[in-house]
Amino acid sequence: MKKTIAIAVSMAATPAIAGTVTVTIPRINVAEYHMPYVAVWIEPKAGGPARTLALWYDVDKRGAEPGTKWLADLRTWWRKGGRSLNLPADGVSGATRAPGAHRIAIPASVKPGSYTLFVEAAREDGGRELVSLPLDIPTRAAAKASGKTELGAVSLSPR
Amino acid sequence: MIRKSLLFTVAVCGLSLPAFAHNAWFLPSTTVLSDTQQSVTVDAGTSTAPFEPNHNAMNIDGVKVWAPDGSMGTPENPAKGRYRSTFDVKIDKPGTWRIGMENVGISGSFKVDGEPWMVGRRRGPPPGAGGPGAAAPGAGGPPMGGPGAGGPGASAPGGRPRIDPSHIVASVDEIPTNATDIDLTETMGRNEFFVTAGEPSETLFKPSGKGLEFVPVTLPTDLVSNEPAQFRFLVDGQPAAGLEVELIPGGRRYREADGTQKLVTDGDGVLTVTWPMAGMYWLNTSLTDSKPGNPKASKRRMSYTATLEVLAP
Repeated sequence: MKKTIAIAVSMAATPAIAGTVTVTIPRINVAEYHMPYVAVWIEPKAGGPARTLALWYDVDKRGAEPGTKWLADLRTWWRKGGRSLNLPADGVSGATRAPGAHRIAIPASVKPGSYTLFVEAAREDGGRELVSLPLDIPTRAAAKASGKTELGAVSLSPR
Repeated sequence: MIRKSLLFTVAVCGLSLPAFAHNAWFLPSTTVLSDTQQSVTVDAGTSTAPFEPNHNAMNIDGVKVWAPDGSMGTPENPAKGRYRSTFDVKIDKPGTWRIGMENVGISGSFKVDGEPWMVGRRRGPPPGAGGPGAAAPGAGGPPMGGPGAGGPGASAPGGRPRIDPSHIVASVDEIPTNATDIDLTETMGRNEFFVTAGEPSETLFKPSGKGLEFVPVTLPTDLVSNEPAQFRFLVDGQPAAGLEVELIPGGRRYREADGTQKLVTDGDGVLTVTWPMAGMYWLNTSLTDSKPGNPKASKRRMSYTATLEVLAP
């Protein structure tokens, strides 16, 4: 009985995502390190609005200089649609992440088609980098790209 | 006659030669903001190379702030240094703001009993000096961007025709009825930049149908160096075809060439710009025609100047 529930759950859970993006934030040896702001979004190749999958920024910072103040530093994301997002956004925004690999689910609600996946990172006292990768939904094969400075490997898997 | 009237115009503006080389510019600290809790801080000066404060501070008394909702904002913390003025603008409403100066006036010359006279208030003090025309913005207003608009320099050195100060009237209404050789030019100019907080808005880009106007096709706070931008120019609401527009990138002293692009609008008045690099750009154009709004003037000189920020992709 318990087993059948578990199977049912796993079957139901499987189609809930259209794929997984893994974003690696590199460890950077500097005296003053701040974790980067990162935006992950997709754009239909044929044109159309961007959809933000993840946004990591200083969500809790308030006061005269709230964490949102620097979102425009993710300048490509900001122009492609970040500026129209109401923040914090459920399932999208979250705190900045430490160096390491982080997994982001591509929601099953993303319609089949050809997209470009973008990952942009901007770091206080550091640089800014944009990495892109072609993405087909449904995802069939794994794909990989890599940043040089502010981002490490960016990979895509069907599950 | 043309030469003479030009000299008079120059004298009215109080320029020091070679005045054509000094350009008026605004340099905002940023043009894209994430929220409505911030300010932009702006430098304003006149110099040969845009954005390099090395000649004169701009007179910023006439700076206006058009907020996206149609209300007027206020410049804050104005100060005048030797080479540049500064002010802040609180960007407290979402959308695209317009900040700068507009200048409308009539200037020129006429004769009374063979003696040369001119129209146009002298630059500098006294502000608010009496007379019905004194309150009207005249040729002595703040400098607009283009060639011929220079700094609020001291009066011209000797060797050029000087007009008896008593032979200057502030407005066309004060021209005596016995005046002859009336040669008046209507001037209309704008010098401005744009700031967007959050999502951009186009409310401030609705053309008025009067004079030379800039109507963006690509929003001026959405410029990226790897994407061409398009701007439409209108004259009295009609496409300004074949208009020559000059674009100078900032940072000139770090390059061999000044990097000036001289571009021309197409048949629909649309200018297509390809940016050689990211950075601040100074856009300038002017147009003279014989369709002044004021029937007493014979010519109309219109100019438009904008500072545009182009981001890296």
